[in-house]
Amino acid sequence: MIPAPHIEIEGLTVHYGAKPALRGVSFTVQRNEILAIIGPAQSGKTTLLRCLNRTLDHERHARVTGVIKVDNEDIRRTNNVYDLRRRIGMVAPLPVGLPLTIYDNVAFAPRMAGITDRAELEQRVERCLRQAALWDEVKDRLHTLGTKLSGGQQQRLTIARALSHDPEILCLDEFSIAIDPVTTMRIEDVLKELRARMTILLVTNLVQQARRLADRTAFLFNGELVELDATEKIFSETPRDRRTYDYTHGVFG
Amino acid sequence: MNAPTPNIFAATPLARKKQRREQLARAVFFTMALLLVVPLVLIVTYLVVQAWPVLSWEFLTTNPKRGMRAGGIWSALLGTFYLVGFSLLVAAPIGILAAVYLNEYAKDNWFTRIVNLAVINLAAVPSIVHALFGLGAFVIFFGLGKSILAASLTLAIMTMPVIIASTKEALAAVPQSFREACWNVGATRWQTIRHVVLPNSISGILTGVILQVSRAAGETAPIMFTGAVFFKAIEEGNLFAYGLRDQCMALSMHLFTISTQVPDVPHGLPFATAVVLLGTVLFINALAIILRVWLRSRKKW
Amino acid sequence: MTKRGHREIIVEWLIESVIRLCGISAILFVFGIFFFVFREGGAVLFKDFKFGEFFFSTAWYPSSPSHVRYGTLALLAGTFSVTVLAMVIAIPFGIGAAIFVSEFCGPKLKETLKIVIELLAAIPSVVWGFIGLTVLNPLIIRLFDAPIGLNVLNGGIILALMSVPIIVSIGEDALKAVPDSYREAGLALGATRWQLIYRVLLPAAKNGLLAAGLLGVARAVGETMAVLMATGHAINIPTSLLDPVRTLTATIAAELGEAPVHSDHYRVLFVIGILLFLITTVVNLTADLIVRGVRKK
Repeated sequence: MIPAPHIEIEGLTVHYGAKPALRGVSFTVQRNEILAIIGPAQSGKTTLLRCLNRTLDHERHARVTGVIKVDNEDIRRTNNVYDLRRRIGMVAPLPVGLPLTIYDNVAFAPRMAGITDRAELEQRVERCLRQAALWDEVKDRLHTLGTKLSGGQQQRLTIARALSHDPEILCLDEFSIAIDPVTTMRIEDVLKELRARMTILLVTNLVQQARRLADRTAFLFNGELVELDATEKIFSETPRDRRTYDYTHGVFG
Repeated sequence: MNAPTPNIFAATPLARKKQRREQLARAVFFTMALLLVVPLVLIVTYLVVQAWPVLSWEFLTTNPKRGMRAGGIWSALLGTFYLVGFSLLVAAPIGILAAVYLNEYAKDNWFTRIVNLAVINLAAVPSIVHALFGLGAFVIFFGLGKSILAASLTLAIMTMPVIIASTKEALAAVPQSFREACWNVGATRWQTIRHVVLPNSISGILTGVILQVSRAAGETAPIMFTGAVFFKAIEEGNLFAYGLRDQCMALSMHLFTISTQVPDVPHGLPFATAVVLLGTVLFINALAIILRVWLRSRKKW
Repeated sequence: MTKRGHREIIVEWLIESVIRLCGISAILFVFGIFFFVFREGGAVLFKDFKFGEFFFSTAWYPSSPSHVRYGTLALLAGTFSVTVLAMVIAIPFGIGAAIFVSEFCGPKLKETLKIVIELLAAIPSVVWGFIGLTVLNPLIIRLFDAPIGLNVLNGGIILALMSVPIIVSIGEDALKAVPDSYREAGLALGATRWQLIYRVLLPAAKNGLLAAGLLGVARAVGETMAVLMATGHAINIPTSLLDPVRTLTATIAAELGEAPVHSDHYRVLFVIGILLFLITTVVNLTADLIVRGVRKK
């Protein structure tokens, strides 16, 4: 029996003003899988993630239609959007260190969610920093500014922050765009460990990264879901759609 | 044989003329700018020199005496302090939240434009019209009478745009990515504003508040008919000598009174009053400038 | 949904409502000002108010026992003359200083000048009035051999000094808004800086500079204490710079204290307030529209 999908997206269409960004995208994501979303710039990958945690609501000109369900609950009708966002961890392309200390960066989300117990906060900060493979580098300077870290460290700090509210879904949006290959490999190892505990959506423009990590891969092009299949199939010589082959084999993009 | 090669970079008469004109223009504009600076320095120096013999600690802490022809400015100083304090108490929260609304919540539509226009217009209404409003609304309609309360409320409404404008600017300078990072981890809009946006724009907000204080301290017209009186003796040295429903003296009004309404005031007295008022206002402004420069130098992003 | 979740949503909604209310308050205040000033003064407008006399007569005898007249022509002329003189002085100087600050000077000097201009703007109007009274007054008497130094000239100079800061700061914004590519193109063609300013920057920043001038006008028209103290307080249409005058604002400030509450005189002073409100509103909104037009481009 196929288990119930973790995320279900049906007919998702987004317009910015008159310009379409997503056109009728439908797919499902299973629990504890890594789903990679690949595609050239401007193909709607980031928009898709922002629909999922509803931060697109803050965009003044965006219009959304379609249904997104997480655990069979329609997230576009939920009346506590903050609860929804706490179930989802989001990592942006460029690291955004809030102008707080390293400790406060990671403790921010738990605090906002109402956790005030010191011991519990400390424990959580340590756990998240360890999960993000950053603990050893920063454990002696937790109370210095997070913005003083290097780019790669800041990106891992962002990941630690995204894990700090115990999300069940982790979304990464081209996380390796601003960091060196060594750090990228370390984070990839982290992701492989994390998949035991959560579902991971990995938006990437590095096709090889999708190949290394993902169980299944979706190819998004021009706001359209061209193809979604097992990763080996997508990267094989014979994907179902010609455009997928062209993209994964570097004919364009 | 060695005919000198003509220097192709030598100035032609036309180029020289252009050069001269350029220098002339520079000199003229420099003079214009200088003519703004010089009066400020000259005037302040002149006022201080004239006031010097009168200025003393005693001048600040004694009431005016003998029909304001002697004594100090205690009751006026304390009155100004009260007026500024209460107007700040009203204007700061409303002004800051109004700016938060305009920068964080308001959508980009006609209604927001109207709110913005209203703020601009509020800043532009002449001070004497604010005085009429304060008299008609607070003194008469709301029955507060001529009192510190009515005058402070009038001042608060008049100076609020100062706070709104600088707070808005400060909020807009906080990178949008900070807000998104907070939303992404499930922080509510207000949590985001309270814990990240406001702390990171505090310098600009403080500057606005300080400028409001300086503006409120110097205003005369709006308090003339709403709460300030020509003369009132209060207990010297007691910081709580005024009640909210009392009328009070104010420095600015006192300067107006003793320089135009009272005959035979000793020469130094109005100068000393002017210097105290001007000194206070310029000091507060200098504070705002220093704060701005200092905080700019230790920006965290 | 959890209990905490419910509370969170409600708290959020409450806070947002308070913030929204504060945001809207600016509109309430502006309407409040108009409403309450009108409420006090409006009654006289519907009681055979002589608009012709109000605008076109110079006879202002508000407290005459038999010959009450409310003609504001002389007051309008007072406001007009002082404002015009102030602008004749302040606009060239303000824009000149704006050009210097934005085009000619280094960053250090620029910072210093801007701070001085900011301090100039901070001087309270009653102190300006005092300066007119004690510094300019004797100076004008000596230089022009005038019987009295409190006149159009005095008020005009004081108002000019008061309006210059706003003209400089808006003017500088306008010049800053001209794209650098214009400057580079001009310099590449071998223009001197003066030619660049005269032929490129001034035409390009024309609207912004106009707005700067308008805001200066609004400031000058609305100014009260300084003109009350520095213009000599005589109700007449000035024929020379050395004539004393009285402005609309000064009239309200001088007479409101003595007019019995809700007498005709009191109400007419409020009507003058409405007039001032309308004038400055129109001038400011025009300036705002012009500035907005500049930004759109």
